[in-house]
Amino acid sequence: MSVLVNKDSKIIVQGFTGSEGTFHASQMIEYGSDVVGGVTPGKGGQTHLDKPVFNTVEEAVKSTGADVSIIFVPPAFAADAIMEAADAGIKVIITITEGIPVKDMMHAKPYAKKRGATLVGPNCPGVITPGEAKVGIMPGFVFKKGKVGIVSKSGTLTYEAADQVVKAGLGITTAIGIGGDPIIGTSTKEAVELLMNDPETEGIIMIGEIGGNYEAEAAKWIQEQGNPKPVVGFIAGQTAPPGRRMGHAGAIVGGADDTAEAKMKIMKACGLHVVNSPADIGETMVKALG
Amino acid sequence: MNIHEYQAKEILKGFGVTIQEGIVVDSPEKALQAAKQLNKDTGTSWYVVKAQIHAGGRGKGTVKETGSHGVVLAKSQEDVVPTVKGIIGGTLVTHQTGEAGKKVNKVLIAQDVYYPGDSEPKEYYLSILLDRAKGCNVIMASTEGGMDIEEVAENSPEKIVKEWIDPAIGLQGFQARKVAFGLGLSGAAFKGMVKFIFSLYKAYEATDSSMFEINPVLKTSDDKILAVDAKVDLDENALFRHKDLAELRDLSEEDPLEVEAGQSDLNYVKLDGNVGCMVNGAGLAMATMDIIKLSGGEPANFLDVGGGANATTVEAGFRIILKDPNVKAILINIFGGIVRCDRVANGVVEAYKNIGDIKVPIIVRLQGTNAEEGAKIIEDSGLKVTSAIVLKDAAEKVKEVLA
Repeated sequence: MSVLVNKDSKIIVQGFTGSEGTFHASQMIEYGSDVVGGVTPGKGGQTHLDKPVFNTVEEAVKSTGADVSIIFVPPAFAADAIMEAADAGIKVIITITEGIPVKDMMHAKPYAKKRGATLVGPNCPGVITPGEAKVGIMPGFVFKKGKVGIVSKSGTLTYEAADQVVKAGLGITTAIGIGGDPIIGTSTKEAVELLMNDPETEGIIMIGEIGGNYEAEAAKWIQEQGNPKPVVGFIAGQTAPPGRRMGHAGAIVGGADDTAEAKMKIMKACGLHVVNSPADIGETMVKALG
Repeated sequence: MNIHEYQAKEILKGFGVTIQEGIVVDSPEKALQAAKQLNKDTGTSWYVVKAQIHAGGRGKGTVKETGSHGVVLAKSQEDVVPTVKGIIGGTLVTHQTGEAGKKVNKVLIAQDVYYPGDSEPKEYYLSILLDRAKGCNVIMASTEGGMDIEEVAENSPEKIVKEWIDPAIGLQGFQARKVAFGLGLSGAAFKGMVKFIFSLYKAYEATDSSMFEINPVLKTSDDKILAVDAKVDLDENALFRHKDLAELRDLSEEDPLEVEAGQSDLNYVKLDGNVGCMVNGAGLAMATMDIIKLSGGEPANFLDVGGGANATTVEAGFRIILKDPNVKAILINIFGGIVRCDRVANGVVEAYKNIGDIKVPIIVRLQGTNAEEGAKIIEDSGLKVTSAIVLKDAAEKVKEVLA
């Protein structure tokens, strides 16, 4: 078992022929992900990386049976690409693009939801189920198969956590990069829920950032479920000054409740294993799993 | 992106939002002429002189050099010039600027709108912003005008009216009416507030803003509704479709090091600590700052060099961090995924040699693809650079150099 993506996922790449799309699609293919084609409007009928290129997502789905899409389309057109994928019946839409206007996401997110699609991102590293499918931009070799699921707002911090977990001998079921934007398709709680319901996942690492209330919402939900699996939590930005944007568009300390300190306090109160240092994530998971 | 009050008011006026009229000037000489013009346009004989800086609390703030407040009422045209002289060119310190304060380059000469009349003037609070949890915009209003909304939320949350806007259909009439009724308005003032809210929302949508805060909104003694102050925060990601708004950016309001970093495509935020850091990825960068703190230091900056850390970006990063005299050590933390650690290591060595005389200790932590090779390159370089692979090691080494 795994969540969101697995060996049966048929993947298309939107923004396939651009430089980002080309580079990461070839990395995904090399990893063993089943990339069945791509979409670049106006380049339909061509072949790219030995895969067919389509003008529309609809054509791609009809012709290949694709059910997962990864989006590298530039920010100005990315929300349109998300809606096109949802309209064509794609079930899992993973959006890597960084810098999409908030207003665009305000429309694209409910649009995708209404059509039954799971949107992951934007501004995220993607999703990887080690040994089965990598649908993202993460370095595949860091992630080895195992029993720990990861949910994270941050890219490189996900790799860091995965590396610690793998070196501690535990390995990863699925790692979900949910993204660092103010509006994202899959919340921390929704991603944690997927992993809680996955029988192969024995423990979960939840990595958050300052800004928003997603981590608090997830922590409360975990407690309501009776903490069925150990969750190790870390919040980046304990030293971030209020009101300043820290790289990610969503990473601003706003009110009193979205500071790292406030989030960590709630997570602790809900029975999560909270680490102060990101260097302790792997070790703490080993201990939590006994 | 933040803009000045006078710029914000100009935008709002363009969308039919009624505002306290004013004229911006950059010298005391131009102030008298502005006051005369304003008297002609609005009939006002009192003038409010308002410092234009990107920070709140101007009214209570103090100009270091003169002791003047940042917002001052001049009760005659003769008073305008000396009042402006007390503010312009000075350094205004408010609870939001920090002790250093901010230089005032421009002041807004505004009409007096608190004139006496049939009813008492009354101040309200009105804002539009993104509700991240609900994924839509929310209008917030309160009868406690002029006060910090955080304070109102803390002490009397029942005084805040909220209306969430469905992004698909936009603001509806009943919602604007609910807000206006919620503020206890009636008659002409009620109608004026409904119109005000509609115009304001139109402006918010059309400019791709992420926050509007009108504090206070004033009901005048003759029942007009006016924006007396305006704080506008534009969505930086949407500026590509608003070239005119992008031009409103005032670089003099930003930290010069941050501006320089932006020109090298580096994401840098200046902080007050003693340990500089350079990291790939925003989340790992924040986590690295936290590690510095846990190791007994204070982060001097946030710096995300992005996905492609190479000699050029590393050198640009070094140069910016080293301009900060508080920096006593630098921690470079790169998780090499797509970017290989040996290439980053070569970049560090090359950048170090290009800059020459670096006086502070440097700790380089490279993990990921070719981490061992990277560490070897650093060790063999003969430079005063310590290398680490595991994050815990890096933290220990920061502790050592600070001891």
